[in-house]
Amino acid sequence: MHIPVTNKKLYNQQMKKVNFIHLRSKLPLLLLVFLLTFSTTIYSQDAAADNAAAGGDVAAGEALFKANCAACHKLDKKAVGPALRGVGDKFDRDWLHKWIRNSQALIASGDAQAIKLFEENNKAIMTAFPALSDADIDDILAYVDQPKAEPAPAAAGAAPADGTAASGGGSVSNTLVIGALALIFLLLVIMLYLVTNTLKRIAEANGVVYEEKEKGTPIWKAFVQNQFLVLVFTVFLLLAAAYFGFGYMMQVGVDQGYAPVQPIHYSHKIHAGDNQIDCNFCHSSARKSKHSGIPSLNVCMNCHKNISEVAPETATEEYSKEFYDGEIQKLYKAVGWDAENQEYTGKTEPVKWVRIHNLPDFVYFNHSQHVTVAGIACQTCHGEIQEMEVVEQFAPLTMGWCINCHRETNVNLATNEYYAKIHEELSKKYGVEKLTIAEMGGLECGKCHY
Amino acid sequence: MKTLINIGIAIIASATLVSCFNDKKPNYQYFPNMYEPVGYETYGEYRIFPDEQEAMVPPDNTLSRGHTAYDYENSTDGLLRAKQELTYPYPITEENVSAGAQLYTVYCAVCHGDKGDGKGILATREKFLGIPSYADAGRTIVPGGVYHVQVYGLNAMGSYAAQVSEKERWQITMHVMDLKASLKGEPGILETAEAINDSISSLPENKMEAVTASQVDKK
Repeated sequence: MHIPVTNKKLYNQQMKKVNFIHLRSKLPLLLLVFLLTFSTTIYSQDAAADNAAAGGDVAAGEALFKANCAACHKLDKKAVGPALRGVGDKFDRDWLHKWIRNSQALIASGDAQAIKLFEENNKAIMTAFPALSDADIDDILAYVDQPKAEPAPAAAGAAPADGTAASGGGSVSNTLVIGALALIFLLLVIMLYLVTNTLKRIAEANGVVYEEKEKGTPIWKAFVQNQFLVLVFTVFLLLAAAYFGFGYMMQVGVDQGYAPVQPIHYSHKIHAGDNQIDCNFCHSSARKSKHSGIPSLNVCMNCHKNISEVAPETATEEYSKEFYDGEIQKLYKAVGWDAENQEYTGKTEPVKWVRIHNLPDFVYFNHSQHVTVAGIACQTCHGEIQEMEVVEQFAPLTMGWCINCHRETNVNLATNEYYAKIHEELSKKYGVEKLTIAEMGGLECGKCHY
Repeated sequence: MKTLINIGIAIIASATLVSCFNDKKPNYQYFPNMYEPVGYETYGEYRIFPDEQEAMVPPDNTLSRGHTAYDYENSTDGLLRAKQELTYPYPITEENVSAGAQLYTVYCAVCHGDKGDGKGILATREKFLGIPSYADAGRTIVPGGVYHVQVYGLNAMGSYAAQVSEKERWQITMHVMDLKASLKGEPGILETAEAINDSISSLPENKMEAVTASQVDKK
């Protein structure tokens, strides 16, 4: 009775000791965490104090910066204009007021510092902002001069990481659950097998004798002997073979659902869906050419010169922000863009996009006829492109599919005066009010095959 | 035991059948030599071209068909000159303005907004920041400048010369000026068009165009 008690005491003492040791070793870490948690607020308080001295409001400055300056300036990266963080410490405040309100006038007045700055930045003219008051500019400078919030991005980075880990854990646990279920099922099967075996053995040991089933004619022999059944079965087999054979033959050369991996993961969902960029923006030749056109990389660069990374909320469970940023870097590499110095290096390499929609050589198809003349939405043939992260072929692109649409679609005759007479005669001939493409000769072989 | 083996065979067979369907690869073709073109296809990959790329920029010292010369260079000076000197070479008609409006919705409205107030979807989603309104006090938005910026781009805006033709750029310019007028509460471009159109029709080349257009009408 005694021994366990002393043991327990000893145990408790040990526990306490161990606890303390851990706490001591953890104390610096805890302190660090504590510091890190509050360091952001400390920073912002500092910044606020500074700004109070300079008379600037950070929030108002941020709004003004985004509305007026952000088109050309970023805080920590060179864009059209130089990076702006800490610019308030580099120059005299009054001079900055003058520069921002009208830099050209300042340069013209012969200010040495202004001329030097102008020449350093390739003589790019900064837009004048006469509407900004001194207070406005002080607000902007207060926003711009905030120290770079180091811990905040770290925390922000950690939070999504945790989030992805948690969500990743979610998907992992899903597969785990399924795996566990499968394992349990397998175990059950094995157990059942073992149980029957043991039962059998017990039965044998106890001298229980099974009645062996009397062997009649095997089923396949009975089947062969019944000639009618064989005939029916053969006919059925032939029909089934014909049906499936025909189905298989008909899908040869049809690439519906084809979704190859592209050299650069370009998401139509982000561009055409979330950001609602019109299809014709990039595929501009669809309006006036046979081809819808793969946009040349300068079209990408019209926007991506400015957008070098995706917003954190663009990332999905499947594709992380790092992944998307990497894809933008692939674009920069292909087009030869040096993001650091904001200039083209001249070293380009072709991007080998994989063509998805491809008609056989013996078919003629013209995009402009369908897009501009008929005014058909791209989605009619290409599916809900704006929702596709990876584009796949939506339509079968078979002749039957083309013909069907030509038979069913009415042509808009309203604004086409040039053909008014022939339209009228055709309507009379077919006794219809609205003409389909087929009725206007859209099914003639020569329209698409030549 | 036999049934077990049978089931196993069935599972393996269906698995192989399913795994044969691969959406990363194109399907088989009956007669590839009828499907694949003999000539060089647009965007094709052929060894005789530099970088094996059929798509190329025009060779030096050549002009594409329908090319129109543009005399102002891509510089601040060029922009200032274009702002002062350039005017519409096409008459301001309802047709041109509405065509411009359509093109504007496709190419410009994502950033500049449907009303030209700089609040397009890319601006509201903060992908692009600091897009000014056409009625902004610090900027002089005039037809020549609008056209020049479409050709060369300015600051964060890129060149749209590859996507819209010369005439389309002028049509967009008309719509932009129309938007600016409506933002400022001034009468629209069609109402003030007469004076401009008179000066355009006095240009010899446009007279020709007007004559041919009227001939077509008669026919």
